[in-house]
Amino acid sequence: MNEKSVNVAIIGGGPAGLAAAISAKKNGAEQVLILERNSWLGGILPQCIHDGFGVEELGKSLTGPEYSEMYIDMVKKLKIKTMMETMVLELNKNKTIIAVNRNGIYKIKAKAIILAMGCREKTRWNAMIPGNRPSGVYTAGVAQSFINLYNIMPGKNVLILGSGDVGLIIARRLKFEGANVLGVVEILPYSSGLPRNVVQCLDDYDIPLYLNQTITSIEGKERVEQVTIAQVDKNKNPIISTERRIKCDTLLLSLGLIPENELSKKTNIDIDKQTGGPIVDQHLQTSQEGIFACGNCLQVYDTVDLLSKDAKKAGKNAVLAPDKIKNFVKVKSGKGVKYIIPQIVTKPGNIFFTLRVEKPYEIPTLVVKAGDKELMRKKLPWANPANMVEFQINVDKETIISNDLIEVMLDG
Amino acid sequence: MDNQKRITCIVCPLSCKILVKTNKKRIELVHGNKCKKGIEYARSEALDPRRMLTSTVLVKYGDWPLVSVKSSKPIPKDIIYKVLNEIKKISISAPVKMGQIIISNVAGTNINIIATKNIKKEREVDYI
Repeated sequence: MNEKSVNVAIIGGGPAGLAAAISAKKNGAEQVLILERNSWLGGILPQCIHDGFGVEELGKSLTGPEYSEMYIDMVKKLKIKTMMETMVLELNKNKTIIAVNRNGIYKIKAKAIILAMGCREKTRWNAMIPGNRPSGVYTAGVAQSFINLYNIMPGKNVLILGSGDVGLIIARRLKFEGANVLGVVEILPYSSGLPRNVVQCLDDYDIPLYLNQTITSIEGKERVEQVTIAQVDKNKNPIISTERRIKCDTLLLSLGLIPENELSKKTNIDIDKQTGGPIVDQHLQTSQEGIFACGNCLQVYDTVDLLSKDAKKAGKNAVLAPDKIKNFVKVKSGKGVKYIIPQIVTKPGNIFFTLRVEKPYEIPTLVVKAGDKELMRKKLPWANPANMVEFQINVDKETIISNDLIEVMLDG
Repeated sequence: MDNQKRITCIVCPLSCKILVKTNKKRIELVHGNKCKKGIEYARSEALDPRRMLTSTVLVKYGDWPLVSVKSSKPIPKDIIYKVLNEIKKISISAPVKMGQIIISNVAGTNINIIATKNIKKEREVDYI
């Protein structure tokens, strides 16, 4: 077995891993190592050829490949080591990684580890869509890689289930490449993607969005031949009398993303059921000391700008190594809040939070309480499940020592 | 003649809902935008709608079969398919550098189509 020893080891060379590595190096870590299972860096960004990346971070709009190239350049300039086509098999509590590539098995000892494994797409089996099992059913991200990286058209007459951003963007892309896009089917009463993507991907090209509807059956012998869709009632159950058939040869699924945490779970890192990612404190440290988490394996971000900002925080903290945790206060998602990060606060000071709301709101009030004490009350112009909400509050020493919970909720 | 339109700003993920009034030549009112870029977008959307265009171009002898491209400026909405057809017609030999002009003055627009990715020659793949 090949043995290595580094200051900071990063699992995953996507945008989060790259940003964390750069920040760790700039904050004084001598040896920073990125472990990446693919043959390229940048993760999903090279296939996201549309623009809109970097607007918040850089004040200009880049395409996915341009954004990732910028970070890859910095990684090269800072002489950060990378191990490509390398799969991490095991992560141990004593901060040892077992990884494998064509040259054999590696045992990598690190002072700190940053988890940046990203996420993966939900499939037909997550949504339990009944019917036959013909070819022609793909996740939207796979179709995107076919079209944008490998020059393969996934089909001619395409229906899309799920109106997440990837689904909307792929609808336009298919249209550009000459496919007949029959529509986007969404079970919710609103699109789960960003409103601007509904405008510039669907409305611009007259692609219909079927709200409050879902797929009840996939039919086809060899290849998809038709799909049955139906309206849903208040409990999201299909109304059988509204069923209608749509002839198509391809069904793309944009059902949402799941943080990839098999490694974290095997290492007994505590996982938040709502985010699907590790429970972290304000340093983005997980329940295992010296193991940090960032990027889409922590929570599924809606922009890479904010993802990179948080990943840099993880990189910095991995080098500075926070003090041992003495006291902490838990942060609870209250009314209207789907999840909040960090889930625990261990030190007083200005704490940055990100949360996602459960449903769309107009002018809601964000309220933060600790016991009887109100820490914040702030009106938001609007809130939408597709847009993460960022805010910061000052948490004092008393709150951390007390046995109270910090509760974050929405009014209105 | 008054003309008012409710539009969703697409400049950034905030997606501001903007009310814009024009007299077909000029903007008379812009309401609901959170930044200056919203005013520019509202003006353009009401009077001369344009979109950034991104697609891919075939690559010969490259480590990938395609290079991603973008328009150097937003393209008038009504000629998007015309531009896409020009993009589909061509191919380019590797290596391709990010920022390289792939088509200049596409469809007589004074807008260039430029590469947004580096593509190496086949077998020249290095592992950094």
